[in-house]
Amino acid sequence: MRSTWAIFKKELRAYFLSPVAYAVAGVFLLLSGYFFSVIMLTTRTAEMRAAFGNMSIVLIFVVPLLTMRLLAEEVRQGTAELLLTCPLRSTHIILGKYLASLVLYLAMLAMTGIYPWVLLRFGNPDPGPIISGYLGIFLLGASFLAVGLFASSVTDSNIVAAMVAFGLLLLLWVLGWAGEALGGRLGDVLTSLALFERLNDFRKGIIDSSNCLHYLSYIVGFLFLAGLGLERRRWG
Amino acid sequence: MIVAVDLTKYYGRTRGVEGLNFRVEAGEVVGFLGPNAAGKTTTMRLITGYMPPTRGSVRVCGYDALEEDLEAKGCLGYLPEHPPLYPDMTVKAYLEFVAEIKGLRGSARRSALEKVVESVGLAPVWGRLCANISRGFRQRVGLAQALLGDPPVLILDEPTSGLDPRQIIEVRRLIKSLAGKHTVIISSHILPEVSMVCTRVMIMDRGHVVAVDKPEELARRLTGSRDITLKVKGDRSVARRVLESIPGVSEVLDGPEGRLVVRSQREVDVREEIFRSLARADLPLLEMVPRDLTLEDVFLRLTTDEEGVEAHA
Repeated sequence: MRSTWAIFKKELRAYFLSPVAYAVAGVFLLLSGYFFSVIMLTTRTAEMRAAFGNMSIVLIFVVPLLTMRLLAEEVRQGTAELLLTCPLRSTHIILGKYLASLVLYLAMLAMTGIYPWVLLRFGNPDPGPIISGYLGIFLLGASFLAVGLFASSVTDSNIVAAMVAFGLLLLLWVLGWAGEALGGRLGDVLTSLALFERLNDFRKGIIDSSNCLHYLSYIVGFLFLAGLGLERRRWG
Repeated sequence: MIVAVDLTKYYGRTRGVEGLNFRVEAGEVVGFLGPNAAGKTTTMRLITGYMPPTRGSVRVCGYDALEEDLEAKGCLGYLPEHPPLYPDMTVKAYLEFVAEIKGLRGSARRSALEKVVESVGLAPVWGRLCANISRGFRQRVGLAQALLGDPPVLILDEPTSGLDPRQIIEVRRLIKSLAGKHTVIISSHILPEVSMVCTRVMIMDRGHVVAVDKPEELARRLTGSRDITLKVKGDRSVARRVLESIPGVSEVLDGPEGRLVVRSQREVDVREEIFRSLARADLPLLEMVPRDLTLEDVFLRLTTDEEGVEAHA
């Protein structure tokens, strides 16, 4: 646990010292702020349902850039050789890095807190769907980060890692549509894999434990795969 | 301390190392010597548990590097070929981080840090970013990282590469001072370095160990003869006849710049007789340089094909 903490601290410091994190967070806030304002001004309703939907799409572009260097960079600059020859389990490395990216993501979400503040200040929004919506978008982003970390574990190039993560997330996005269109057994399988459809309940104000569990199993699954990716030398 | 049994690593179909069997006892300083791509780094990566072997096993401090990897890694300090530094961290933050992931806490961590800063001489760069320090200091920070926590076994991959001559001497002195207290394996392709700091040398070539011995033993074992280069004033053919008649001299060859090279059996010292014979023949001896086969020659003989050896002999 102590080693996880050490990796976590190092990674978080690296985030806050690197311009990439600021640029990515800035773009995320710019786009989600734009969507929030435009939707609010056009619909004139004090709610965030549509804003959460748009935020989830922005995350597809943003998350790969946050996670791309987490493991790929270690291999590229040779520091993986340090981490993998120290008395550390790869679980410690993966967890420390994942938690650091999660904290950065939480900080980004916290900064969007200004949207509900504006709604509360000038309108009379129903707080339920906003709170559940935030939980949903947090879980969705947390799943994305796990996918991104996995993508970073299979390569030593940041660009390739970002591209793989981007491709996987985009695929998960369109998977849901195919599921609905196909129907039948195959459709069910595809729908059950989908990540975005699970957000709908949260946006409506419903916190369903099965949806939470769905996201959690995505996170655990992809973190496990990332561990395998990190140790790929062991099988090669 | 380190026992390798039939240690083999293939990268796909390319051979890294094959069938290595060796033991390194506590307190020894062993040098892996070999040309590039001989398998030195691969062997080190197998010992440190960075990669698993394709076949065979290696034990460090009694722990299997694969099965009991955390215990084995716990008693290792490893300096890879390229020092594993984070460019965006200061030297201080970096070493604190390494101490932490090596499991050093509290006052033990503080004293461990103070000790390596002292022994490796990092005070001048303590607060600087790893990205901004010179090559020599990068190497030293890498060495400090390996020494943190006083691990009983140190694996140092080309510890003096990229250093200037003064730093090389310092690092060699440091490694020598580690002998006895630590078991050290270093790799190098610089021969004098290995003969200077190591108690034993393993010469590797194309994934195999071709010779293991003390540096001076290796040189002795591989040479049956000894060459003496002479510069003689006077008629060369007369000088040659005189030298050939000396008992113990097996051959007289032409040396560089008109010199003569006298080859004799190793056990016989012919130098005195050379002096007397030439003096009797009134041929003034201007220069006499005995030449032992150096580790360099041994190395070339062992790692070069037969024709190459002839050319060098």
